Amino acid sequence: MAWTWFHRLASPPHVYALAARLTPWFAWPAALLIAAGLWGGLVLAPPDYQQGDGFRILYVHAPSAWMSLMVYTTMAIAAAVGLIWRMKVAHAVAASCAPIGASFTFAALVTGALWGEPMWGTYWEWDPRMTSELVLLFLYLGYMGLRAGIEDTQRADRASALLAVVGVVNVPIIHYSVTWWNSLHQAPSVMRIGKPSMPAAMLAPLLLMLLGFTLLFVALLLVRLRGEVLARERAASWIREVVSG
Amino acid sequence: MRAFFDMGGYAAFVWPAYAVTLVVVVLNIVWARRALARSLAEARRRLQMQGEAR
Repeated sequence: MAWTWFHRLASPPHVYALAARLTPWFAWPAALLIAAGLWGGLVLAPPDYQQGDGFRILYVHAPSAWMSLMVYTTMAIAAAVGLIWRMKVAHAVAASCAPIGASFTFAALVTGALWGEPMWGTYWEWDPRMTSELVLLFLYLGYMGLRAGIEDTQRADRASALLAVVGVVNVPIIHYSVTWWNSLHQAPSVMRIGKPSMPAAMLAPLLLMLLGFTLLFVALLLVRLRGEVLARERAASWIREVVSG
Repeated sequence: MRAFFDMGGYAAFVWPAYAVTLVVVVLNIVWARRALARSLAEARRRLQMQGEAR
């Protein structure tokens, strides 16, 4: 049946076992891709004709910023699924995303500041891109704070899901901020219509890093998801097997 | 090798940026594993309490 996979995804014991089995298949490729991306970005890529070796911050800044948006989008979709279909596993996915997203948003802000100082002469500016990215960090922290403040998991799931869904309006604002307003931040150079504006030797390591970070996110999500699924299951018999095994 | 670590004069910005990202990646791995271990311990404790109540 076409829908059985969806129903199986709603079954906690199935999700727990599947997550455990899949984790290494994402974690190890992530490690390899990131290692290759670092080698390519730090050693093989030629210095930029304007920014010299300073541009190499790109290889940690862009993947962190990509994570900050991709993780939030995943979290909002999972939260919406949880709200609409009252699916516990979807809420568990959303809750797993938040700390991952928050930490990479922090990394994006810090690496951005470290890139801004030598290139623009300032660590921080209340610029549309930077301000909206900072708002994203507060959204993640607000989501986590809200969850921590509500004892009952079901109520915490629903309240925080609402916040996650409403907050998703910030994602396109961040992405298009550099096009809509005058920003210090440069316009997108990879995710744009037409060809990326970068030579292949610079672009390839960036793509490796972006893919590596994405796989790392999936691996981290799968590990956290198991914990969140366990926390939502009270007296289920399958837990006995998991815990003693 | 010196040139590599010097990063064309941008060492003071490039290396801290990489260090911060590395720390975030490593902490994520540690935190995720710790969160799972905590949930497992919690579930074990719950099962034990149920066993004693019976």
